Amino acid sequence: MAGGSGNITQSDYIRHHLQNLTFGQHADGSWGLAHSAEQAQAMGFWAFNVDTMFWSLILGIAFYILFRTVAKKANSGVPSRFQAAIEFIVEFVDTSVRESFHGTSKFIAPLALTLFVWIFFMNFMDLIPVDWLPALAKSAGIVHQKVVPTTDVNATMGMALTVFVLIIYFSIKIKGVGGFIGELTGQPFASDSVAGKIVFFIPNLLLELVSLVAKPVSLGLRLFGNMYAGELIFILIAMIFTAGSGFVAGGLSSIFGEHIPAWFWIVATVTVFVTLWLNLKGKIADKHTLWLLLAEMLLVGGMAFLGGQLMHFGWAIFHLLIVTLQAFIFMMLTIVYLSMAHEHH
Amino acid sequence: MNINATIILQSIAMMIFVWFCMKYLWPPLIQAMDERRERIAEGLAASDKAEKELEAAKVQVSEQIREARDKASEIIEQANQRHTQILDQAKDDALSERQRQVTAAEADIAQASNQAREDLRSSVASLAVLGAGKILEKEIDAQAHRELLDKLIAEI
Repeated sequence: MAGGSGNITQSDYIRHHLQNLTFGQHADGSWGLAHSAEQAQAMGFWAFNVDTMFWSLILGIAFYILFRTVAKKANSGVPSRFQAAIEFIVEFVDTSVRESFHGTSKFIAPLALTLFVWIFFMNFMDLIPVDWLPALAKSAGIVHQKVVPTTDVNATMGMALTVFVLIIYFSIKIKGVGGFIGELTGQPFASDSVAGKIVFFIPNLLLELVSLVAKPVSLGLRLFGNMYAGELIFILIAMIFTAGSGFVAGGLSSIFGEHIPAWFWIVATVTVFVTLWLNLKGKIADKHTLWLLLAEMLLVGGMAFLGGQLMHFGWAIFHLLIVTLQAFIFMMLTIVYLSMAHEHH
Repeated sequence: MNINATIILQSIAMMIFVWFCMKYLWPPLIQAMDERRERIAEGLAASDKAEKELEAAKVQVSEQIREARDKASEIIEQANQRHTQILDQAKDDALSERQRQVTAAEADIAQASNQAREDLRSSVASLAVLGAGKILEKEIDAQAHRELLDKLIAEI
């Protein structure tokens, strides 16, 4: 939420949400955090997005701890439910690798597992309501906070570049430098004569370089584009039903004036929570719960708020599919590209 | 949305995580899973084998039961034969014993009858002689009338 203050415009709100917390060298030569998009821009290449790195490392470590707890206790006996769930993921990745990677490598499967789970976790941050963590950061004095690392092109292209380096490494390792260069220059126009080879050298190299470079770009930009678009839609939905955006909470403003007090949000949240909790405990029937929730929504923010909730919910369900699919696609494409690097053409 | 050095850091982070995964996560997990698969396969094979053995044992048992039944009926048959044999034997023995006893009895009877007849004959002879002597009042020379007397006896 825009902090409940009425003087933030909608475009400010969106821009604020799309700005990374950047650490770099200011124009005056001192090092520090950028306080605006312009400052971040001015820092040039040698600056770091602190939030992207923080969240991707946290999620990577979460992935490691999650799997390590199972791996440490892994045995061939009857698995616990948690172990079975982890093994299901491992099995899934292993099957994907076996089906798509035609070669032997001890490296591909762990790589695929890491990419799949790590990217899934990073994408999943998108499903946390867009204002929660930034608001928390703001209360701790951090101005900008982008919690979904995969909506930062640096993160996705960083991973894509690693894969690109691996493609080149394996191509040279399997086919040799000559074989790799031959692959880049000997096709798609093939000729047996020396003259033909010389004639086709440049066009072949151009075409093959394009297809080579397309690999990391397709990996990184596709993931980035999907997640960025998804994040943007969440931000737009959040903006529509944010009180104080002018469009929505006319009813509330007429009661509280410009500023809706914090206790109102706390009471509203607690009421909804209690309703859901009582339903889970079986004290209220499902039908009554739905009516109660509807009434609470209407009381809290009017129809627009309710509409926002429903839109958020609907998009979250759809986005859950995208989140999983994009992680899967990144993994599969990595496997396929590395498989191609292992094959002779 | 600037391209900056985050791209390098993220690249490095990814390599480290992949290395961790390769070193500490993947091998134990996949090993445990492979081992379990092997154990399950072994278990299934063992159960298949046990089932087959059970089937074979069942066949063997029914075979043995059939054999036992055959043997039992054979024994009963033999017993029956033996029974008839013993019965026949006993009947034969009894018959021959009876025959023997009858024969012996008949011989005894015949002997006794002969004896009695002899006795009677001799008594009759002496009675006749005595009677005749009385009648004739005269001593009859027994020796002299031997022939006559014998004739008389035979006629009795």
